[in-house]
Amino acid sequence: MVSREAAGRGRAWLIRALSVLVLLLVWEAAGRLAASPLAPPASTVLAVMARETASGALPHHVGITLARVAVSFLLAMGAGTALGLAMGWWRTVDLWLDSALLLLLNLPALVLIVLLYVWFGLTEAAAITAVALNKLPTTAVTVREGVRALDAELLEMGRVFRYGRAATLRHIVLPQLLPYLFAATRSGLALIWKIVLVVELLGRSDGVGFQIQVYFQLFDVAHILAYALAFILIVQVIEWAALQPLERRAARWRVS
Amino acid sequence: MTRLIVDIREKRLAGRPVLGGLAFSLDEGEVTAVVGPSGCGKSTLLRLVAGLDREVTGTVRWSGEGARPVPNLGVVFQQPRLLPWRTVRQNLALAGADPAEGERLLERLGLAAQADVWASQLSLGMARRLALARALAVDAQALLLDEPFASLDEGNQRLARAVLAEQLLRRPVPTLLITHDLAEAVALAHRVLVLSPGPARLLFDQAVPPGVRTDPALAAATVAALRDLAR
Repeated sequence: MVSREAAGRGRAWLIRALSVLVLLLVWEAAGRLAASPLAPPASTVLAVMARETASGALPHHVGITLARVAVSFLLAMGAGTALGLAMGWWRTVDLWLDSALLLLLNLPALVLIVLLYVWFGLTEAAAITAVALNKLPTTAVTVREGVRALDAELLEMGRVFRYGRAATLRHIVLPQLLPYLFAATRSGLALIWKIVLVVELLGRSDGVGFQIQVYFQLFDVAHILAYALAFILIVQVIEWAALQPLERRAARWRVS
Repeated sequence: MTRLIVDIREKRLAGRPVLGGLAFSLDEGEVTAVVGPSGCGKSTLLRLVAGLDREVTGTVRWSGEGARPVPNLGVVFQQPRLLPWRTVRQNLALAGADPAEGERLLERLGLAAQADVWASQLSLGMARRLALARALAVDAQALLLDEPFASLDEGNQRLARAVLAEQLLRRPVPTLLITHDLAEAVALAHRVLVLSPGPARLLFDQAVPPGVRTDPALAAATVAALRDLAR
């Protein structure tokens, strides 16, 4: 039983690896057929990636972008979770903040970025705030849904056995919110790094977004793709190395 | 001295009356069984007594040391209400169970081997026994038990009843036992309150003489007599 499961997992991995390989081969072939610097084949892009890594430029800019992603992600998740908890828990808070949240939710990312840059200058703080504010409403809405779905019977049990506020939050509420927090984290990571690139392109002098702007002006597609690819790879590694193991740990108690 | 005084004139849920006239008191060292057909509002009564619901026409009042407004309670809900993402032992500890008492009760109720298993992995019967252990292991000034032996097989039912009886001898706290089973009520309680079908009114309130519990024939006769009265 276990070995069959393991074999199934091995097969899934093989198919995944093959699909990536096929994608690379199709890209390579198309690039060679096009024979244009505007559509470089995979080998050229990978060579650029290697060169930029060796020169230190790519690690530098990717590192800076990653730091901006991390800070704005933590801000958005922290504030969004607190807001979602409060809105889910207290109806009055929900009524007060719901319209503001809806406004923020429907405000285009670009408008928010431009406004913050205009009001606070082309500063790091403005950049980070703009990204965090873009992510905050979806986190708040997701967490609010989670709070609304909390099991009332378990909360009563906690009251009867005098859990107290901290233990109720930690042992009754949080475990039920984890799936919602993971969903917010996953969609947040995908969204935030794309917005960080825009923020960098519009008003910063380093980071992946800035590099893409430079190479856009040079019409250097190979460099643009090299930087984008590097970042896609890193986000994927975060998913595999951090998110999935954490999620598995959090779901240990579920009966399979 | 912990004491409970209940004098409910009416309790409505979503505009519908679920409890009618119902008055009784729960005194130190006394087990009171509330017997009634299913759906008659027994669990609503438990929620009122546990302080989880305060909206009622009438009074539900605890008195005695630390009754603020409800004393420390050991409650068995109709559903086990365990934290599935915590282990058996953690479920006891988080509820404030005395560690040694918790271990002893796990042992007594046949759950010692499951102490470090996730509560999600327990069968329903095990979960119910854990819920009973949790209610008995906390330092409660009163016990509220809602069908604590439901969905246990016969052997475990006998075991769980014995453990409860044993515990009540060691620590005689006022206990409210909600059940639909008259025989169970007679076997464990000092007094039996019989409720009408919902909205529940108190039909009668009958003391169970001490001799009845030790004499199976007398117990059966008492159950039969009560059943007649309830009709």
